[in-house]
Amino acid sequence: MRAPDLLRFARDAATGNPLRTVLLVLAMAIGVAAVVVLTALGDGARRYVIDEFSSIGSNLVIVLPGRSQTGGFNPGNAITNTPRDLTVDDAEALLRAPAVKNVSPIAVGTSEISVGGRLREVMVAGTTAEYTQVRKLDMAQGRFLAAGDWRRGASEAVIGATVRNEMFGSEPALGRLVRVGDRRLRIVGVLAASGQGLGMNTDEIVFVPVALAQQMFNSNTLFRVLVEAKSREAIEPAKAQVTEIVKVRHDGEEDVTVITQDAVLATFDRLLGALTLGVAGIAAISLAVAGILVMNVMLVSVTQRTAEIGLLKALGATGGTIRAAFLTEAGMLSLAGALFGYALGHAGAALIRHLYPAFPAWPPAWAVIAGLGTALVTGLVFGVLPARRAARLDPVQALSKR
Amino acid sequence: MAAPLIALSGIERVFHLGDSEVHALRRLDLQIDAGEYVAVMGPSGSGKSTLLNLLGLLDRPNAGSYRLEGRDVTTLSAEEQARVRSERIGFVFQSFHLVPRLTAAENVALPMTLAGIAPAERAARVAQAMQDYGLADRANHRPDELSGGQRQRVAIARATIMRPAVILADEPTGNLDRATGDEVVRLLEGLNAQGVTLIVVTHDAALGGRARRRLMMEDGALKHDSAT
Ligand SMILES: Nc1ncnc2c1ncn2[C@@H]1O[C@H](COP(=O)(O)OP(=O)(O)OP(=O)(O)O)[C@@H](O)[C@H]1O
Ligand SMILES: [Mg+2]
Repeated sequence: MRAPDLLRFARDAATGNPLRTVLLVLAMAIGVAAVVVLTALGDGARRYVIDEFSSIGSNLVIVLPGRSQTGGFNPGNAITNTPRDLTVDDAEALLRAPAVKNVSPIAVGTSEISVGGRLREVMVAGTTAEYTQVRKLDMAQGRFLAAGDWRRGASEAVIGATVRNEMFGSEPALGRLVRVGDRRLRIVGVLAASGQGLGMNTDEIVFVPVALAQQMFNSNTLFRVLVEAKSREAIEPAKAQVTEIVKVRHDGEEDVTVITQDAVLATFDRLLGALTLGVAGIAAISLAVAGILVMNVMLVSVTQRTAEIGLLKALGATGGTIRAAFLTEAGMLSLAGALFGYALGHAGAALIRHLYPAFPAWPPAWAVIAGLGTALVTGLVFGVLPARRAARLDPVQALSKR
Repeated sequence: MAAPLIALSGIERVFHLGDSEVHALRRLDLQIDAGEYVAVMGPSGSGKSTLLNLLGLLDRPNAGSYRLEGRDVTTLSAEEQARVRSERIGFVFQSFHLVPRLTAAENVALPMTLAGIAPAERAARVAQAMQDYGLADRANHRPDELSGGQRQRVAIARATIMRPAVILADEPTGNLDRATGDEVVRLLEGLNAQGVTLIVVTHDAALGGRARRRLMMEDGALKHDSAT
């Protein structure tokens, strides 16, 4: 039998029983759509987290005061159970590390900002001019905090986009005097809206010089020190050097935690990658179920078409031709289901992206290929048994059946 | 003299039903020459259909040999037998056996489609056949839109489309009234007149009487052959 004839024959056989065909295609489609949507969710979550982390800045090493619990028992900690302050001097010392490109200390606290009768509670972050380089931030207007001695700060502030909108509305903000806590500060810049930054949304923050913030909150310790390594390869050396410098400055005690963004990212990447694989596996089970359905429906079809199979044999069809006809039909139904499911899955993912624009719910290419492939393979594999049964029918008995 | 079209010798066909054995055909010897018109008659269960199935290579004997056009066909593989069926044998059944989802023309074309004949040649031969059998205006109708006589004409057109050497018909008029039955018989006899060997199984004595050679079967054996 010629290939186009085989295809037409299988198509006619499939459309000859529309209900059966629609149900089968639907079952297959749901399986494939489940793979596409679930992996889109899993991979979307992975991408979302990674984007959030990446938006903090690249080649980042973060120094936190206090020893992380994973370090085990440390006799030094047992004696001085409150960790030493992480100070601006410590931060400045880190600049000596050869693998370090930039350092930016951060002190945080909450305060009130008021201007022209409007009042709002805000997060105040004390930092230095280097902050925008380390975090790769853009300015919407004006400039960031002035460079200079970290221990002395001018009476100036930079505000995030949300703060700007809420405090000034349509009025110009640049150059205005505002009151933050008990200080009068001049707005020198407005940050471009970012809407991102894990845990700290820069849109809602007022930035002031770090010295000013420490005076306002009457504290010497820093919340974080952000360190930018010279390159990706320099991240690990930078981490070691930073740890060593702080240790020396703190009388040999390792009382800070140094984390690299890479390590955190890699962990999340692995975790969420595994999660995606897991849901893909679960969705694949529904494909296997669809495959078993294909087999059963095809078996019923063989029984219903016994007389026809007998006739085909009487007309000179070989067992191979009959096998090919039934396999083609199973493959065709699976393919139709897979393509329909693919479209359905993409529509589902698009709907999720429409409802949650921040969530990148795109199915990964490997999952789509695996889903379509599995659908086709299961359809064909489970189609083999019915096709063989059809090919082996005894023509005399098949013909005598009505 | 040339070998006979069909030569059966010592054919046995035994069915096993649980413990009991049914001898559907016993030590059957039979020769049929090309171009003959043979009616096979006999009581129900005498083995007529079994004989026809063996002649059509749909069934294999338990013993004996079957030579078709001088060639031993009992030892052929299933694939080779399918090829012989495709090229040398045409079947006409009592219940027509048309594929319900295919049109009349597609049913007629089916043996050529299965044999892999090119679409253009198929179309030409089907058009000619539909013309010859008075089905030209029914070509695109499905079997359930045709009368019994029309259905059997489609089946006969299908049986002849590959230009077989022999046509095997098992009660071809069994599901038809007398007038349509006669029409179908005349059609088959017309084919025989053109040289096709015709073997018809029938219960109908009048129909059997029209054949030039009549075989009477009883209990799996040939009881009477009008040629001897
Ligand atoms: N598949 C089978 N299994 C068991 N016995 C069978 C089978 N096919 C036929 N027989 C038996 O073989 C014998 C001959 O059957 P066959 O169908 O050839 O008869 P027939 O002459 O065509 O009868 P009818 O005129 O009723 O069609 C019968 O006794 C029948 O019961
Ligand atoms: Mg019979």
